[in-house]
Amino acid sequence: MKNRLKVLRAERDWSQADLAARLDISRQSVNAIETGRYDPSLPLAFRIARLFGTSIEAIFLDDGE
Amino acid sequence: MAPATGLTPSMRAYTRRVIILMLLYVGFILGTVTLFRTDNPPTGALAVFLAILPALPIIGVIWAIGRLIVETTDEYQRMLFVKQVLIATGLTLAIATVWGFLENFDQVGHLPGFYVAILWFAMSGVGGAIARWRA
Repeated sequence: MKNRLKVLRAERDWSQADLAARLDISRQSVNAIETGRYDPSLPLAFRIARLFGTSIEAIFLDDGE
Repeated sequence: MAPATGLTPSMRAYTRRVIILMLLYVGFILGTVTLFRTDNPPTGALAVFLAILPALPIIGVIWAIGRLIVETTDEYQRMLFVKQVLIATGLTLAIATVWGFLENFDQVGHLPGFYVAILWFAMSGVGGAIARWRA
C-alpha cells in the first residue's frame, strides 16, 4: 500500500531507526511498511497516525482511489 | 522501546529457553544411553519413561518457538516467524513423504522417526532464509 511515511519522516528529520524506536518496532519493519511491502494492522496504523498527529487516511493511500 | 541493536526481549527469552533445553537434552541423552548400555538395562515402565525423556527437551524447543511467535510484539517480525515455520513445516512434510515412499519401495534405508524433528529444525533455517529474503 502506498503511503507518505517517507515524507512525514523527512519533515521531522527522523531516520527509519528513529521512527522504529518511537513505534517500538524494528527498523526492518519500518522499511517494509514504508516501501509498501507490508500493510500494518489497524492498531499499528493508528499508532503511526497518532505519532504524526494525523489520520490513517492522511498517511496510507487507498490504491482503489 | 525496541533497541536499535541487539536482541529484543522475546528473542532473549527464546535464546535462554533453547540453551536450557539443549543442556537438558544433552543430560537426558547421555543419562539414558548410559543406563541402557549397562549389563542390567531398565525394563518396563521405567524403560519407556527413560526412552521418552530425551524427546521432552526437543518438544520444549517447539514450545519455545511457539512462545517466540506469541511474545514477539513487532507484528511484521511476527509474520516473518510465522512464514518461516510454515515453510519449514511444508518442506519437512514434503521430504518426509518422499522419504516414506522411497523407503516403502526399498530405495532408501529406514530412519528413526525422531529424524523428522532434526529435519524440521534444518528446514526452519531454510524457511528463515526464504521468509527474510528481501524482507
